[in-house]
Amino acid sequence: MRSPSRLRGSIAPSSMRMMLAFLAASVISMVPVTAADLPDGVKPGDIAPNFILNNVDGKRVGLASYLDAKGVILVFTCNHCPYSVKYEDRIIALHKAFGPKGFPVLAINPNDTVVSPEDSFAKMQERAQEKSFPFPYLFDADQNVAKAYGARRTPHVFLLKRTPKHFIVEYIGAIDDNPNDANAVDEKFVEKAIAELVDGKPVTTQTTKAIGCTIKWKK
Amino acid sequence: MRFVPRINSALLIMGCLVVHTISLAGQVSASASTVLVTPQTLDEVMGRLAAGGDTTYVVNFWATWCKPCVAELPHFDKLYREQRDSGVVVLLVSVDDPKELTKKVAPFVRRKAYLPQVVLLNESKPHEWIDRVDPTWSGAIPATLFFRNGRRLFRETEFTFEELRHELKEFMKGSP
Repeated sequence: MRSPSRLRGSIAPSSMRMMLAFLAASVISMVPVTAADLPDGVKPGDIAPNFILNNVDGKRVGLASYLDAKGVILVFTCNHCPYSVKYEDRIIALHKAFGPKGFPVLAINPNDTVVSPEDSFAKMQERAQEKSFPFPYLFDADQNVAKAYGARRTPHVFLLKRTPKHFIVEYIGAIDDNPNDANAVDEKFVEKAIAELVDGKPVTTQTTKAIGCTIKWKK
Repeated sequence: MRFVPRINSALLIMGCLVVHTISLAGQVSASASTVLVTPQTLDEVMGRLAAGGDTTYVVNFWATWCKPCVAELPHFDKLYREQRDSGVVVLLVSVDDPKELTKKVAPFVRRKAYLPQVVLLNESKPHEWIDRVDPTWSGAIPATLFFRNGRRLFRETEFTFEELRHELKEFMKGSP
């Protein structure tokens, strides 16, 4: 009972604004199923919608948990998708390399567990333990966060930069340019964008595309 | 690009095996495809559509690892069997890792024995070619492109058979 009120006290002004932005975003996103019907979500330069979701460790985690960070590497990912699995070790490596520099990874599973039982909260907990995820792995049970961001596939990265008032979306897309072979990567999109942000420069490649599994929307 | 030599020799060997198997079974026919899976670049695939004149192409992007894709493939097979006499060609373009041609993709295709031609996309950098299929595509699969005479319709979704047939009919209605 002590800690929530202390937390609230310290983050109230910015988190209120983030909550409002998130509420606004969730109102426009009404249960469509095909990609063409889904809301567009955010673009680079937009304010990142806030959220608070359950983590595999039972705690509630959201952007407001990162007010000391320089930014957040937000990754929509999941257990079942082979492309997410191909990238799992690279996501862990990103967190280990850039967490200490102020850009930790925050992973979110947006899949409906009726459509994809392998992505249930219990299975998420198992996976996080097996792979010793060094970052939170949140469950977007009502899929509103995925819709607010416009996430389409797993894995799908949204690199956020913290400003005094908001988190701003700086990059959307793939982690790097070679899903099949981590050793044959030519361009590391997320790392390059972080390096530019750390240098106070604008991000040159703001969006990229990648093959991935569709997010399993509720039917 | 560096997969090409390996894939070509693998294909040769596979092709020979297939011909051999077919002859053993006494089912040789001139139209029987001797190549199970053809590796092609996206330019080769798109070039074929562009040169196809009045042929209506239904190009499905899928992968062996993608459950909803695999569940949907029989619909494309059925659609092709039903529509091939109306100038419809179905192409099943796999976005599996080109290195997995012999280990995964070819055995899968052999087991399923679908009628439409299967192409393994011989590309390694998705961010370079996804937009060339369609700028609205996020890269999630399954996804399907309908193409005829430069006219195109792209759908990033999975279909039931009825939905697929309906999309094709609607698309063909728009043809001159």
